Amino acid sequence: MATVLVLLDHADTGALRGSVLELATAARGLAGPDGAVHGVWVGDEPLDPALPVLGRHGVSVVHAVTTGDADPLLTPVLAEAVVDVVRATGATVLLALSTFENKEAAARVAIATGAGVVTDAASVERDAAGRVVAAKTVLAGTWTTRCAVLTDAAVVLLKAGAVVSSHVEHDAPHAPEVRPRTVAVTARATRVRVVERTPQAPSDRPDLSSADVVVVGGRGTGGDFGPLEALADEVGAAVGATRVATDEGWIGHEAQIGQTGVTVSPRLYLGLGVSGAVHHRGGMQASGTIVAVNEDPEAPIFEIADYGVVGDLFQVVPQLTEELRRLRRG
Amino acid sequence: MRIVVCVKHVPDIQSERALGPDGRLVRDGGDGTLNELDENAVEAAVVLAEQARDAGVDVEVVVVTAGPDDAEDAVRRGLQLGADAAVHVLDDAVAGSDVIGTARVLAAAVRHLGEADLVVTGMAGLDGLTSLVPAALADLLDLPQLTLASSVALADGTVTVRRDLDHATEVLEAPLPALVSVTDRANEPRYPNFQAIMAARKKPVTVLTLADLGVDAATVGVAGARTEVVEAAPRPPRTDRVLVTDDGEAGRRLAAWLLERDLVRTTPATGEVL
Repeated sequence: MATVLVLLDHADTGALRGSVLELATAARGLAGPDGAVHGVWVGDEPLDPALPVLGRHGVSVVHAVTTGDADPLLTPVLAEAVVDVVRATGATVLLALSTFENKEAAARVAIATGAGVVTDAASVERDAAGRVVAAKTVLAGTWTTRCAVLTDAAVVLLKAGAVVSSHVEHDAPHAPEVRPRTVAVTARATRVRVVERTPQAPSDRPDLSSADVVVVGGRGTGGDFGPLEALADEVGAAVGATRVATDEGWIGHEAQIGQTGVTVSPRLYLGLGVSGAVHHRGGMQASGTIVAVNEDPEAPIFEIADYGVVGDLFQVVPQLTEELRRLRRG
Repeated sequence: MRIVVCVKHVPDIQSERALGPDGRLVRDGGDGTLNELDENAVEAAVVLAEQARDAGVDVEVVVVTAGPDDAEDAVRRGLQLGADAAVHVLDDAVAGSDVIGTARVLAAAVRHLGEADLVVTGMAGLDGLTSLVPAALADLLDLPQLTLASSVALADGTVTVRRDLDHATEVLEAPLPALVSVTDRANEPRYPNFQAIMAARKKPVTVLTLADLGVDAATVGVAGARTEVVEAAPRPPRTDRVLVTDDGEAGRRLAAWLLERDLVRTTPATGEVL
């Protein structure tokens, strides 16, 4: 009977990160009818509010791991906690969200368990031979690949929004059984000291990495994100930016989309005053529909846009927002 | 003191990049280059070395790579950017390594050099973009890891970094020896002048094989790979593309186009979550 583990990323408040339920959904597919989906919850934060939600999404057991004095936000500590649960359950598949922190932990889990790792997966399934196979886009979104894990153990990091999360079908799902564990973390995992930690201010907007619609500003905004924020509010979008816009301090670094920032693949990407430099394209080219507004008809983003407007974003964007408001409420 | 920088030779991201029938990156285009993010790693190492030398400490910066013949260009570039010496692990058995195999070869090369006080890498290779190698390397070398640094400082045997994550900004510190990976925010890599390019020609590049490093060829390359690309295809070109010039009505027309295709919700958002 296959046990598939899901890493339950959560905030300091104990709230699950939005896309965790997508992992649970994907895990049910991998576990099959005879298998089980177990969650791995690392940290002291309150687990209770998450339990019924996890139950509805097919998680039957949650391993609640505490690490004593070791800070579970340090990825070597997180990795040792996860490895402990892998060994205790005999699970052969671990799914986690594709974040920089989880990638670091995954590298260590892979070394400790002999697992093959696939990062930034857009989907995951088993092939006819039972192997774990993940699809991903590579080379700045210009190629799609399917990658098979050849070892018995697999670690797959799924991109936020890769899977549409769904509830289990039977009527009365049980709250998962909680199995507390205390892991004695090794000294080698705790040699780094956190001198300072400043959490990002919470935002009312959807999370950039998993948002359905993303509004992105670049150099062409000249630093005025006002019209973009109004559009984002109207359509419930996340706001992102290019490297230039974050370097200029027009918006926080966490908003940067690109190969070295956040990778997004929303259903709709709206690039406003964005030229589409190759580094930026690497972080957004896999988006479903790409819309671009730019004054420069030669901007490379027009080569990949489904709908391009050559024009002044300060004219086009407010008109777009106003018209959407009128058509949707009229 | 020794600072080792691990770098990668990758196809230039400005060029047309492709995968071959074996699902591996086509590397014979001749337009390979030092991974751009590794220039930040070399720059960080060279700046730290300059600061240490100013304080009277004897420092050597060694740049290390593993890869086919062409990969020598990557370490040559590292020498131009200010590294003092280079190591190129050149062995047919390295081809096809996955991230763990790559980390194994690099870890063996770092160990071969003797004591390294600091190992520096870029945050990711702009080909595979997995970001797994720095953490894997730290694990294999048994070093504290301080990754994704946007700034790095050394003082009194301690390394301190600042890093920006999705949900927080952190300052981390650890005693040396340690491993640091840097982002492209860490610095502005220098542009080598003629003098630096000429000086780089005199700097040594040591070529090593897996046998020299004592690495079992079965644990790296295709033989040791834990994953395999079973299918690869270029993304189909976008069809039905629209490109218009604003005549004063483009915003309105775009609104209609988005609603027709159901790309924005037809009723306003209610703020519903989960």
